[in-house]
Amino acid sequence: MSSQTLSLAESITDATGRVLAKYNFMQKVNWGRLGVISVPSIWLFVFFFLPFLVVFKISFAESEIAIPPYSDILNWDAEDAYLSFKLSFANYIFLFEDALYLDAYWSSVKIAGVATVITLIVGFPMAYLIARSEPSKRSLLLMLVVVPFWTSFLLRIYAWMGFLNKNGLINQALMGLGIIDEPLIMMQTDFAVYIGIVYAYLPLMILPLYTALEKMDITLLEAASDLGATPTQSFIRITLPLAVPGIIAGCMLVFIPAVGEFVIPSLLGGSDTLMIGRVLWDEFFQNRDWPMAAAVATVMLVMLLLPIMLISNGQDKKEEA
Amino acid sequence: MKKTSKFLTTSSILGFVFLYAPIISLIVYSFNSSKLVTIWGGWSIKWYGTLFQNEQIIDAALLSFKIAFITSCLAVILGTMAGFVLARMGRFKGKMILSGWISAPLVMPEVITGLSLLLLFVALENTFGWPAGRGTNTIIIAHTTFCLAYVAVIVQSRLSMLDETLEEAAMDLGAKPSSLFFLVTMPLIAPALISGWLLSFTLSLDDLVIASFVSGPGSSTLPMVIYSKVRMGVTPEINALATLMILIVAVGVIAAMLIMKRQNRLNKELKE
Repeated sequence: MSSQTLSLAESITDATGRVLAKYNFMQKVNWGRLGVISVPSIWLFVFFFLPFLVVFKISFAESEIAIPPYSDILNWDAEDAYLSFKLSFANYIFLFEDALYLDAYWSSVKIAGVATVITLIVGFPMAYLIARSEPSKRSLLLMLVVVPFWTSFLLRIYAWMGFLNKNGLINQALMGLGIIDEPLIMMQTDFAVYIGIVYAYLPLMILPLYTALEKMDITLLEAASDLGATPTQSFIRITLPLAVPGIIAGCMLVFIPAVGEFVIPSLLGGSDTLMIGRVLWDEFFQNRDWPMAAAVATVMLVMLLLPIMLISNGQDKKEEA
Repeated sequence: MKKTSKFLTTSSILGFVFLYAPIISLIVYSFNSSKLVTIWGGWSIKWYGTLFQNEQIIDAALLSFKIAFITSCLAVILGTMAGFVLARMGRFKGKMILSGWISAPLVMPEVITGLSLLLLFVALENTFGWPAGRGTNTIIIAHTTFCLAYVAVIVQSRLSMLDETLEEAAMDLGAKPSSLFFLVTMPLIAPALISGWLLSFTLSLDDLVIASFVSGPGSSTLPMVIYSKVRMGVTPEINALATLMILIVAVGVIAAMLIMKRQNRLNKELKE
């Protein structure tokens, strides 16, 4: 008995000690540090991460004529004390059965992918030239790249409407020069969408390419040429491999937002330009089918998760270095 | 080698022409006196006059400026905290997650961000009664969330460029963490804060997709009004409005970059 009491007393002292130690630890917690970490973290948790969970949840609801226009997944019937739980997979089944959605996903990926490659081809020489120019010129050239990027996206796309029109500047110029007799139809075609994406996202390609190329040691190229390499050889075997991190970062920065692009296909594309961002928009604003829009968004997010994680990890590695 | 550099110069010049030609043509055509946007009818500023008589546009512009101003102040405060945490606070649990949450909004397609925030606001309203309805407040919250990511990245890169010895010296001399931040670190990263503020302002002023999702009836921002007019085609009034907005933003961006550059030079001189 006594030994039992003793052990009880011991364990109580032990526990108290632990609690006290914890209390001491609590006092050592740096409240200022904790506050600075938690305020932005909580904000991003509530307004960036949590919304995705809500989208995921609502993608399993049914569309209803109500406010808000979707059914409840959990239902509590107080009278019968009955909790019902209703998950509808109809949206996902519809999404994979109706050709519209799959076609839209596929054509978004195709358009964004092709546009990304074109952006890379257009952006690479510019980034290379900037990285190799004298420091005094370099910041001016960088500024010339960045300024359009920060001016209104919507208005820059709008500017192309005037450019590509049937009576627009390009057609006027080509007809004035006698190159063509009849105006080219460029507006409301996939061609216009490609132009719009390349134009809008070009700065996002150039900047990471520039960062990678600027770090390159120019003596490597000199050494290669001394050893008899042609410019093409040294470009393929030295410059290109060293630029790979910039190429990946630039391509992801262009490709991911371009897949979900809405403004460009809606202003420059034709009615047959199928892109998933536009489908989601119509699902939400025209059909008012919120659960369907949520399912479309969920599938798009899953599709883009890998490239998004690639970008995030790249950011982390940069921090480590 | 000579051949390559000729190729480089030509393609870069073409690239810059590609970047600037549409903007320049937009500006030139905003001074076109003809109502037909594709026919040049001589110089005139009459579209700027009609623009300032358009109450719908003026109201939307005022609302957009208000939202952009509040957004950029909030984004600078929260984004500076986040950037500081990533650059200066060492390792802690969840740092990887936080840095993922900061880089993901930069590439997230706007339709996803917009829809997900709207559904969150609706769910919150149904559960907690807040936010009651949607409008200016929900747009500000949505804009702050993606702008804070941009500010965090700018502040973080600025801090990692910065010489830590100044902050260490202040700590050795007994500065409290709060005075260390406000008296030493903040002046050093002031250019990053200014450019972060300006960038947030322009991003918020420009956003169409996210604002369309999270706004309520009666709160139409400027991009929403522009979009509804532009969908029908090019109009001279919008050309004038576009010119004004592009000029405001270009002046702001160039000013921000000059401030950054000057500060960098000063820092270099200080170090030497």
